[in-house]
Amino acid sequence: MIARTVWRRISSGVMTGIVALLSFTAVLALVLILADLIAKGASSIDWAFFTKSPVPAGETGGGVANAIVGTGIIVGLAALIGLPIGIGAGLYLAEYGAGRLGFMVRFIADVMNGTPSIVIGIFAWTWMVKPVGRFSALAGSAALAILMIPMIARTTEEMVRLVPHSLREAALALGYPRWRTSLRVVARTALGGIVTGCLVGVARIAGETAPLLFTALGNLNFSTAVTHPMQTLSLQIYVYATGPFEEWHRLAWAAALVLMGLVLVLSMLARWVTRQRYGRVR
Amino acid sequence: MAASANVRLRLETVQLTALFNRNAAVREISILFPAHTVTAIIGPSGCGKSTFLRCLNRMHELSEGGWVTGKVLLDEVDIYASDVNPIQLRRRIGMVFQRPTPFPTMSIYDNVAAGLRVNGRRPRGEMDESVERALRQAALWDEVKDRLQASALDLSGGQQQRLCIARAIAPQPEILLLDEPTASLDPAGTQRIEELCHQLKRLYTIVIVTHNLQQAARVSDYTAFFYMGRLIEVGRTNDLFTKPRVEQTEQYITGRFG
Repeated sequence: MIARTVWRRISSGVMTGIVALLSFTAVLALVLILADLIAKGASSIDWAFFTKSPVPAGETGGGVANAIVGTGIIVGLAALIGLPIGIGAGLYLAEYGAGRLGFMVRFIADVMNGTPSIVIGIFAWTWMVKPVGRFSALAGSAALAILMIPMIARTTEEMVRLVPHSLREAALALGYPRWRTSLRVVARTALGGIVTGCLVGVARIAGETAPLLFTALGNLNFSTAVTHPMQTLSLQIYVYATGPFEEWHRLAWAAALVLMGLVLVLSMLARWVTRQRYGRVR
Repeated sequence: MAASANVRLRLETVQLTALFNRNAAVREISILFPAHTVTAIIGPSGCGKSTFLRCLNRMHELSEGGWVTGKVLLDEVDIYASDVNPIQLRRRIGMVFQRPTPFPTMSIYDNVAAGLRVNGRRPRGEMDESVERALRQAALWDEVKDRLQASALDLSGGQQQRLCIARAIAPQPEILLLDEPTASLDPAGTQRIEELCHQLKRLYTIVIVTHNLQQAARVSDYTAFFYMGRLIEVGRTNDLFTKPRVEQTEQYITGRFG
């Protein structure tokens, strides 16, 4: 009897220890990356880093203002295109997607979710860069939008499906038309989850590099013209980190830190929105 | 003759059969629900009483594979006629479900106003009046009048159910359908809902599904006993419980099956 209890306690302790160790390892990667970024990048971050454009190679100083603004424009445009389409598709899948078309849309979304982002970049290049004969921020945004649509659609669908069927029936019994039930009651109830999904999706594409390599291309000068090449933080890191100059490496680390911070803020915002929404439901 | 003139006919089913794909859940039911009465539908689980109730406001057809044959006459008009818009129809027939279903994103006020807003915009003052009247009728006004903008989820289960009743009666429907409205409530909450039934029948014609025989005896004027999808017996509640005409009814109300 006693031996059994002791044995149970020991095995419980050992298993708890293993699980704790594994989760610690998972977190360790993030901590190490962050620590490394801060150690190598933080010292290069100053006011000029955010406000100045790059200086010619070999000179010291300058910043990545062009890349920060470029990231904002390209990711913002991508969100503007991708979010409405993704949310709409997700609503359709959850509310009306029981049939054959729904099955097909869901299947295609899943395949697209698994498609390497560089393939989507090639696709955008074929259709938006090659015919025009010029790299453009717009093509980059389109590539990122295509990347995020299936993600947003699937998370929206999941969130809408979580809304209890009884709420739907209550609205219909009140004489709500079906579209109004979907929007006013079901989508509104799922809104917290949908917003979280959108923020996570935006965070995800904000760090993408591959689809931008032959669409937005990158630009060492400050540019806000969406029909021309534009710099983003991820492209800047790519160019600077692989470049020959010590000064570039320094800036690459700092840019990586800023990008990481941006993604972290978006993720934390997503967390916060979720808590706001579900914290109130007891 | 004088009596029948008083009791104006409101709702009647004629040979109503409700099906899921090819399986009939409710068969050939003909009942009359006189105006301003409470009719209780009793019967063991799975006897089709909820399905029958959902046919009365055309909710059954929204279920997977749900369809009906026969007629449901509301003021002598068949609600299943091709020119009847089911969405408009549901605004004339309020429904309350087993579990409270307040809209979680809306305030108490907005929950009650939800059924009014769907009928088109109306002036603020008129809306306030309608919401207050509905909450008073549902005996909830005194408890919530100081926090109308609070989340509907802040209310207790019993209050939430009365909120759902207020939401259902705010558009002033003609019929009120209650589908086991006290199934998830404690005795105090149950008692309040039952008292409400007595008061609300002055304004509405009420059909209540319940598996609680005492409740049926307490709240209803007429009782219908369903078994295996068929209407076994219907009559004045007093008669049905004291001298049932059919043996199955007697067995059920004396607790020998179901």
